[in-house]
Amino acid sequence: MNTTGAEALIRSLEKKGVEIIFGYPGGSVLQIYDLLRDSSIKHVLTRSEQAAAHAASGYSRVTGRVGVCLATSGPGATNLITGIATAYMDSIPLVAITGQVSTDMIGKDVFQEVDITGATAPFTKHNYLVKDVKELPRVVKEAFYIASTGRPGPVLIDIPKDVAAAVFEYTYPERVNIRGYKPNYEGHPLQIQKAVKAINRARQPVICAGGGVVSSGCHNELLKLAEKCKIPVAMTLMGLGSIPGEHELALGMFGMHGTYFANKAVSQADLIIAAGARFGDRAIGKRDKFAPNAKIVHIDIDPAEIGKNIDTYIPIVGDLKRVLAKILEETEEVKEREWLNTIRKLKTEHPLKYEKSEKLKPQFVIEKLYQLTKGRAIVSTEVGQHQIWTAHFYKFSEPRRFITSGGLGTMGYGFPAAIGAQLGRPEERVITISGDGSFQMNLPELATALENNLPIKIIVLNNGTLGMVRQLQDFYCNGRHSCVDFKFVPDFSRIAESYGALGVRIQREDEVEDALKAVLNSDRPAVADVIIDSDEKVFPMVLNNSPLSEMIGGY
Amino acid sequence: MKHTLSVLVENHPGVLSRIAGLFSRRGFNIDSLAVGTTEVPDISRMTIVVNGDDYIVEQVKKQLNKLIDVIKISEIDPVNSVTRELVLIKVNADTSSRSEIIQIVEVFRANIVDVNKDSMIIEVVGDEGKVNAMQELLSQYGIKELVRTGVIGLNRGPKTIK
Repeated sequence: MNTTGAEALIRSLEKKGVEIIFGYPGGSVLQIYDLLRDSSIKHVLTRSEQAAAHAASGYSRVTGRVGVCLATSGPGATNLITGIATAYMDSIPLVAITGQVSTDMIGKDVFQEVDITGATAPFTKHNYLVKDVKELPRVVKEAFYIASTGRPGPVLIDIPKDVAAAVFEYTYPERVNIRGYKPNYEGHPLQIQKAVKAINRARQPVICAGGGVVSSGCHNELLKLAEKCKIPVAMTLMGLGSIPGEHELALGMFGMHGTYFANKAVSQADLIIAAGARFGDRAIGKRDKFAPNAKIVHIDIDPAEIGKNIDTYIPIVGDLKRVLAKILEETEEVKEREWLNTIRKLKTEHPLKYEKSEKLKPQFVIEKLYQLTKGRAIVSTEVGQHQIWTAHFYKFSEPRRFITSGGLGTMGYGFPAAIGAQLGRPEERVITISGDGSFQMNLPELATALENNLPIKIIVLNNGTLGMVRQLQDFYCNGRHSCVDFKFVPDFSRIAESYGALGVRIQREDEVEDALKAVLNSDRPAVADVIIDSDEKVFPMVLNNSPLSEMIGGY
Repeated sequence: MKHTLSVLVENHPGVLSRIAGLFSRRGFNIDSLAVGTTEVPDISRMTIVVNGDDYIVEQVKKQLNKLIDVIKISEIDPVNSVTRELVLIKVNADTSSRSEIIQIVEVFRANIVDVNKDSMIIEVVGDEGKVNAMQELLSQYGIKELVRTGVIGLNRGPKTIK
């Protein structure tokens, strides 16, 4: 039957089961927005396109489904870029749809024209400029397939205005066949055998769990393997929640701001099982000093990650869930190992800690929040000190509860991502832990939260400075602070009130519990402006060019 | 160390820029790149010469493989293969030097494809060694312009890259 390109797009999205699109309209997407009015797909209007991309990403992270965002050509498309790059670095499946000027105008520098497929090529898994309307249904189907399979990632579809308007006979393809894209899911049996042997032989093994555990949904297999073989689990920032944070075998995060015991355990290990972790620079410290005594088993769906950062003894390319299930079947059960005593000792002698003073400590606030929510919340963060304090002091019991920008480190991510998360999981309590710097990057999204009745709780750990950069200047610029202290910081609680959200201001430790309770119990969006000690630092810390085993502070 | 990669790609607009972009973004160096359609009209073959150690070449292959438009990559065997490059050289040639140059051209089984009173254009086809030797010999007369296509190649024997 005959439809326009825009109609074909909406139908194809409906067919893919898309429930929600985050977007912002404009001249090149008029036909698409016209049809969205009557579609079953809910559209959420954010206050900037960047927030739409982040919200789609937050939605995807909590639901495991593909997030969809939509923007017009030119500045609409370029505003999506930070969100797309954020999703790419953290392997989050997104489909970003952009309008484009008419095909006969492309390349003529017309109003709101930008080469968005060219611009996003380095940080999309794939992208399409649809020049022939007949290709549109296939492109939509392929885009979802590519975004959600293999190593997930964002895919962009750029649709010129005349293509959206063109009429053609719509048919939705039954199958996808892309000859250049065939992800390998089954790990090689011989490699798996080798890994099993290495695990059986190891005396001091450590699992390094990354974001791949979350995306392949293999936390059960991982936990069973850890328990069966008594292997402690250190997690990357992206891997937090891979095993419950309070579990005996959980070591918390390892890396530049890892816990003392996680970094020591990784450094003393004789076998590292890297499960869906890419050995990112923030996780491994000085590269050639990483886990010096360990053989490395690296399991990843993306062959390009193997051997990229760290030499691997046993590489296994495949879906983590399938590979771990096979390893789990064949490894020998271990009742107890001496290694665990070492780990227990490290944990009890060097726990995460902070010094109390008359000033309010951010770690205390997060601990309180953890107690009050009993760990049953979805927590997003922005980027900076508060992000690492959250990673340390909020113990995540399962995956898809910690929403943070790990790879790109995008300030302004957490709040719009929480909007997507709350829409994806309406029954859950969604909290954003933020800093005064990050919150000001996407603060106008308060309107989106209010408009959609999303009772998101925003905890602004307000130190009046860009604390993480300030801390870096302390260590690497001899304490000379440059352009990090804000001369003006608004009262965030009053900003919240002006939007119609609940606003509270917390300045002393004895106010924390009651104020947080009021925030958590509010059925409206709520902002807690928490004035914290601006000299507080994130510890432990591994300095540049130091091995993980050499940390300063905080233990 | 030079490696020659034979890369089958979708014959789409934009593929070349994706591949070139990947090289620049990841800091890989391309020595030469030649591209054209194959016996299958919707597939192009790129022959890419990369300079780098084993780690770099491994990364180049893996990263190229991640591009959806890349169908297949294989390395041209440095020994058991045929590689060729076409070079056009415009060299100074007046009455005094012309006959010497013609002799060189004959020895190298190259061709003279244009002549005028001050210069001539010589067409050389061969592997890198032959082309470089030719270039060096002609440089004494003064090379005015030079253009090369980049290396293309196929492995010997019945095996194919498909």
